Amino acid sequence: MFHRRHFLGIEGLTKDELLFLLSTAESFREISEREVKKVPTLRGKTIINLFYEPSTRTRTSFEIAAKRLSADAINITAAASSVAKGETLLDTARNLVAMRPAALVVRHPCSGAPHLLARLVDCPVINAGDGMHEHPTQALLDMMTIRAYKGEIAGLTVAIVGDLLHSRVARSNVLALTTLGAQVRLVGPPTLLPPEFRLWGVEVCTDLRRGLAGVDVVMALRLQRERQARNFLPSIEEYARHFCITPDALAAAKDDVLIMHPGPMNRGVEIDSQVADGPYSVILEQVTNGVAVRMALLYLLATQEREATEEQAEVGLHAPRRHAGALA
Amino acid sequence: MKIVIYGGTVIDPANDLAAPRDVLIEDGVIRAVVPPQSGLATGDMRIDASGLIVAPGLIDMHVHLREPGYEYKETVLTGTQAAVAGGFTAVACMANTNPVNDNGAVTRYIRERAQAANLARVFPIGALSKGLRGEELAEIGEMVSEGIVAVSDDGCPVMDTHLMRRALEYCSMFHLPISVHEEDSYLAAGGVMNEGPTALRLGLKGIPNAAEEVMVARDIALARLTGGRLHIAHVSTKEAVALIRQAKAEGLPVTAEVTPHHFTLTESAVEGYNTNAKMAPPLRSLADVEAVKEGLRDGTIDVIATDHAPHHRDEKEVEFDQAAHGVVGLETALPLALRLVHEGVLSLPDMLRTLTVNPARILGLPYGTLSPGAPADIVIFDPHRRWTVEARNLRSKSKNTPFDGWDLTGKVLWTLVQGRVVYAEEEADRRR
Repeated sequence: MFHRRHFLGIEGLTKDELLFLLSTAESFREISEREVKKVPTLRGKTIINLFYEPSTRTRTSFEIAAKRLSADAINITAAASSVAKGETLLDTARNLVAMRPAALVVRHPCSGAPHLLARLVDCPVINAGDGMHEHPTQALLDMMTIRAYKGEIAGLTVAIVGDLLHSRVARSNVLALTTLGAQVRLVGPPTLLPPEFRLWGVEVCTDLRRGLAGVDVVMALRLQRERQARNFLPSIEEYARHFCITPDALAAAKDDVLIMHPGPMNRGVEIDSQVADGPYSVILEQVTNGVAVRMALLYLLATQEREATEEQAEVGLHAPRRHAGALA
Repeated sequence: MKIVIYGGTVIDPANDLAAPRDVLIEDGVIRAVVPPQSGLATGDMRIDASGLIVAPGLIDMHVHLREPGYEYKETVLTGTQAAVAGGFTAVACMANTNPVNDNGAVTRYIRERAQAANLARVFPIGALSKGLRGEELAEIGEMVSEGIVAVSDDGCPVMDTHLMRRALEYCSMFHLPISVHEEDSYLAAGGVMNEGPTALRLGLKGIPNAAEEVMVARDIALARLTGGRLHIAHVSTKEAVALIRQAKAEGLPVTAEVTPHHFTLTESAVEGYNTNAKMAPPLRSLADVEAVKEGLRDGTIDVIATDHAPHHRDEKEVEFDQAAHGVVGLETALPLALRLVHEGVLSLPDMLRTLTVNPARILGLPYGTLSPGAPADIVIFDPHRRWTVEARNLRSKSKNTPFDGWDLTGKVLWTLVQGRVVYAEEEADRRR
C-alpha cells in the first residue's frame, strides 16, 4: 500500500511500496488502450503542473494523465507566471494552493524545491524532477517498462551511462533498481561519475565496453551541452567517441538487451540512431508507460487529499469549505 | 559606584585563575579579586554568584552586524543586544556592509552606532580590498585611525595571491591581523554544501575540503614570505587544522578560529534541505568535526568565534540553492562551547580562554581578563542550567539558527560592560 501524502522521491520508499506503485500503474495502462481514454476517477478535481524548467514529455504526460482521470489540468510555466515579477516559489505555490487544487506537480531546477513546498504548503506535492536530485516518476516508468519485458527486476544487471553527476534520472533509477534487487553499473567519464556512488551499492566504471559486458538493460542519459563549457569534457565529440552507445559497444551486452533513454535524445552523442531505433529499443514504450505511472500517482495522492479534508472538516477546520460543500 | 560579585567561582584564564573568589568593581574597573570572606566593603550593588561562574566578558572576533545597509537583518543595536544576552562584552564586526566598511567614514559610523546602542563594545574590522572586490587595497591606514582592529574580506576569498601578499606586508606596519575566509572560489563555485555522499544524495553541488586546504596552504606560504599576521577564520576541515598545526610548529604568526556550528554539527544537518544548515564554509564530515575539536584541544585553534550571520526569514525560506549563507550564533555560543567541556575536549578554563584572552590578544585589545585595573567586562553564568533554544525568542533580529529546539546546558545570568549591568537574565525574562 501507499499512504504518503507527497511523492517526493524514490529515496525512503520500501520495496513493497515500489511494487504497489508499479502494479497500480500497470492497472492504469489499459485505460490508454481504450477507444474512450477517460475515466471519471478525479472528476471535479484540479491538478496544477508548476514547471520552472522547460519540459515537453513530463509536463504533457502529467497533463494527459490528469485528463484521462477527468481532472482539470492547469499548466504553469516559469516564463508565463509571476516568477518574472519576482514572486518567490513559496508565494506562488501558496497562491495556487489557495485555489484548492488536489495536487501540485512541481518541476524545478533547484534540488529540494518540492520538499520546501511539501513542508510549507497544504497540498499533496509530486516531484516531477528537482535539480540534480530526483525524478521519481521517471524511475517508476522505467521500472514498469523493464518489468514488462523482463518480468522480475531482481537479478538483472543494469548499466546507466553518461552524466551521472548531474542526473536526477540516474539517482532515482539507482535507488529504485537497488531497492528492487537489480545490480547497477554506472558508466561515464570520471568528471561526471563521483566515486561516492559506490556507497550506494553500485559498481562504477569508466570504460563503456567493460561497463556494458553482460548487462540486461542499458539506460543512456542525456548529455547537456553546457558540460563542455564547464570543463567536464574537452568536447561533445570526444564524449561521443568514448561513451556513445553504438551497436559495436553493445557487442558484449546480453543478446536481448533493453535500450532505454529518458529523452530528449542527442542522437550521435549519447546514443547512436541505429541503437535508439533498433529492435531492442523501448524508448517510446517508456513514454507510453509514463502516462500510466502518473495516472496512478495522481489517483493515489489526489483521492487521499479528499479524505484528509474530510478529517479536517470533522474537527472543525476549514468550516467555510464544508459549508460550500453543503451548498453543492 | 562599587559592585561586589560574591560567592562565585572566578575563572580568569589570562591569570591562570580558577577558584572561589569575590570581585570588587569600582568606577567600571576591576579593583580586587580576592578569596571569599576577605571582608570586601559593602558595595552599592551586590551580586550573589553562588554556584555560578564569574569570567571575563566573552569576545567574539567574528560577527556580522549588518549595519549600515542591511538593517532588516540586524542592526548594531539588535546585534549587541544578542551579544550581551550571550555573555559577549565585545564583538568585532565584518566589513561586508552596504556601503562596505572599506573607508574611515563607514568605520566611524559603525562606532557611533555602537556608542548609541551602549551595550557591548564593537570593534569594526576593515575590508582588505575596496568594495571587497579583491582588486585594490582598501584605505587601511585611514580605517586604523578610526579604530579597526583587523582587516578582512570575509565572505569574499582573496583569490589574487599578489594582493594577499601586499596586504600582509602592508598591515604589518599597523600590527593588524588579516582574518581570511579560506575558500578557493573556482573550486567552490556554485557549491552549497560539503562535497561528499550527502551532497551527492541530495543532488546539491558540493564544496570539497580542498577548496579550504589550498587557500590555507597558500596563505601560510605568504605569511612565511612576509611575516604578516594571518588569522584563519572559521576553520572547517581536518586538512586546514593539520596545515595550521604545522605552521605554528614552525613559529609562523598564524592563528585560527572555529565556530560553534563547525564543531557541533556535521553536513547531515542539511538533510531535508534545511537552509539553516547552509553556511560558508559548509558544515563538514564527522572526521572534520573531530579534527577541529582536536585542534582546539591541542591549541592549534586559538579562538571560538561565532560568525554570527543574521539573515531574514525570506532569505532562508527559499530553495536551498538560493538561500543565504550563514547562521546566528551569539546567543548559543557559550552553551555549545560548554558541550566541549562536558565531552572532555577542553577544560572550562581552556574553553573560556578561546572566548576571552585569546581573541583579545589577537586583536590587541585590553579586555578578556579580570586583572585588577582592567575594565570590568564580566560574564556571570550558570554552567549547569538547562534551557531550550527557541529561535523566536532570540534577541537577534534574525532567527536563522540550526539549534532551534535544542536543549542546551549553561545560561548567562549577568553581563557587565565597564562595570555596568548590560544584561540581567531575570530582568530580561520579566520584560518578555
